[in-house]
Amino acid sequence: MQALHHAAASLPLAVAALGAGDGGGGSDVLMQQVVTGLSNGMIIALIAIGYTMVYGIIELINFAHGDLCTLGAFLALTIAGAFGMQSWVGAADAAGVVLLLVSAAAFCAGLNWTVDRLVYRPLRNAPKLTLLVSAIGCSFILVNLALFWGGLPMDVFSGGVSAAAPKDFPELVSDQNLLGEDSRVSVTRSDLMVLGVTLPLMVGLTLLVRFTRLGKAMRAVAQNPTAASLMGIDVDRVIGATFLIGGGLGGFASVIYALYNNTISFQMGYRTGMDAFTAAVLGGIGSMPGAVVGGLLIGVARAISDGYIEARWTNSVVFAILIATLVFRPSGLLGAKLRDKV
Amino acid sequence: MSAEPLLLVRGLTAGYGAVEVLHDVSLQVHRGEIVSLIGANGAGKSTTLRCISRLLRGRCERLVFDDEDLARLPPHQVVGCGLAHVPEGRRIFPRLTVRENLEMGAYRRRDPDGVARDLKRVHALFPILHDRASQQGGTLSGGEQQMLAIGRAIMSAPSMLMMDEPSMGIAPLLVARIFEAVRELRDHGMTILLVEQNARAALRLSDRGYVMETGRITLAGTGQELLHDRRVQEAYLGE
Repeated sequence: MQALHHAAASLPLAVAALGAGDGGGGSDVLMQQVVTGLSNGMIIALIAIGYTMVYGIIELINFAHGDLCTLGAFLALTIAGAFGMQSWVGAADAAGVVLLLVSAAAFCAGLNWTVDRLVYRPLRNAPKLTLLVSAIGCSFILVNLALFWGGLPMDVFSGGVSAAAPKDFPELVSDQNLLGEDSRVSVTRSDLMVLGVTLPLMVGLTLLVRFTRLGKAMRAVAQNPTAASLMGIDVDRVIGATFLIGGGLGGFASVIYALYNNTISFQMGYRTGMDAFTAAVLGGIGSMPGAVVGGLLIGVARAISDGYIEARWTNSVVFAILIATLVFRPSGLLGAKLRDKV
Repeated sequence: MSAEPLLLVRGLTAGYGAVEVLHDVSLQVHRGEIVSLIGANGAGKSTTLRCISRLLRGRCERLVFDDEDLARLPPHQVVGCGLAHVPEGRRIFPRLTVRENLEMGAYRRRDPDGVARDLKRVHALFPILHDRASQQGGTLSGGEQQMLAIGRAIMSAPSMLMMDEPSMGIAPLLVARIFEAVRELRDHGMTILLVEQNARAALRLSDRGYVMETGRITLAGTGQELLHDRRVQEAYLGE
């Protein structure tokens, strides 16, 4: 019951305390995988929301979304390098973390909006396949931008020695176990950071979509763009706003991914993007609650596969889930019931 | 009849891809009139309305509504000029509530008092929309959805309504209610351009009418004239 003293950490700690309570070693391992899985799952969910929002509004699987997040992480690392952020030392680095989050979010929001403006918007009336192929093309462009960026001669990228090598991301948020050194289940400050960033964003987004003028316009455009335009809604602007918001969430996700895993590479967005895409499909593409549920499930599935099968099989497990969803329940877990697209 | 029509369309030509479906269509609607546009399926009636509200880009000599040159405007600015379009197939927002659907109609308005007043008006015209306010639009019957689509258009406080096939696929009892509502709206000063398959009901209600065949206006006259025109009777009134 020591856990109760850490009030701010109540949710994950309570989960962990449950696991610690029954004392069995096996369940500790399982509990640890669940905690790690949920943290990664929240990151995946935040990216999945970007997929699902864009799909909801223009029926495009934006394959460039994951790679957009890669660039967000590279920007964060560049800024961290420029300011000499090293490791957790207190208030200064807390401000640094906020700076990284905000700049990556603004950057990804702007970049996503620009991609829509330059590439997808001229194709608004083109066949969906044209749009999809263009998205794959954008993905290639962004991946190669990340590769180029990683090859820049900066200290923080090891002087650009190998552009493709994974880069260390400074441990700005401590991985010290908040449950105490002897606890076999570890819940860290990083876990709390993930929760502390993702949860308010998700709540805020839900409120925005449900209650604001923009949110209602987004739902109207998703449900019937022609009618929305007859109502006086500037459909292209609302679609642009959707890309802006989805990109911003991806930017936040990229930084917490980097802070949580302490490593980034030009391929991280491809892999995490696949997880997020699978999460969006599993939850029901177009459904925002579905993206969150799907993200958590994929995160936990990955962690359990890492822990109990073998890490090299984990991507196969994720793809198996994707295929199984498409075959047996194409509308996803929440897709049929909660059909609200945005 | 006043000199300047509220809506003036002259020389409208339009198509989908390479296929031209409207050839040199001209029509006008004066303030306070109900004008109907009748014709067979595929004659180009809906296409005409879609061009007027700029959903479809046609070429035309003049497209003027209330002194505004509509031809310069993107579709989402048309409603701001006071021209509301109740589209074919209703196109309500199925997963917004009835109330939210009506609110979307007032999307561009900045006068909350006026919006509240118009909401009361719509509820008075179609009480069912008040009873079902918190239900999702998609759960309504076809006729109720049509009422919602009309109510939603009224919420933009337009000076003119274009209605595309309001009676299509609707139970006869509700059709009568909808035509009654059209008459009530006119009595309160609304100008209406009505596209209808149900030519008899439409012409009975109308001050004037146009007959459209394969993308051309072939006949024009008052509602009574057209009702008694032999060609109209044979082709559209089944006599």
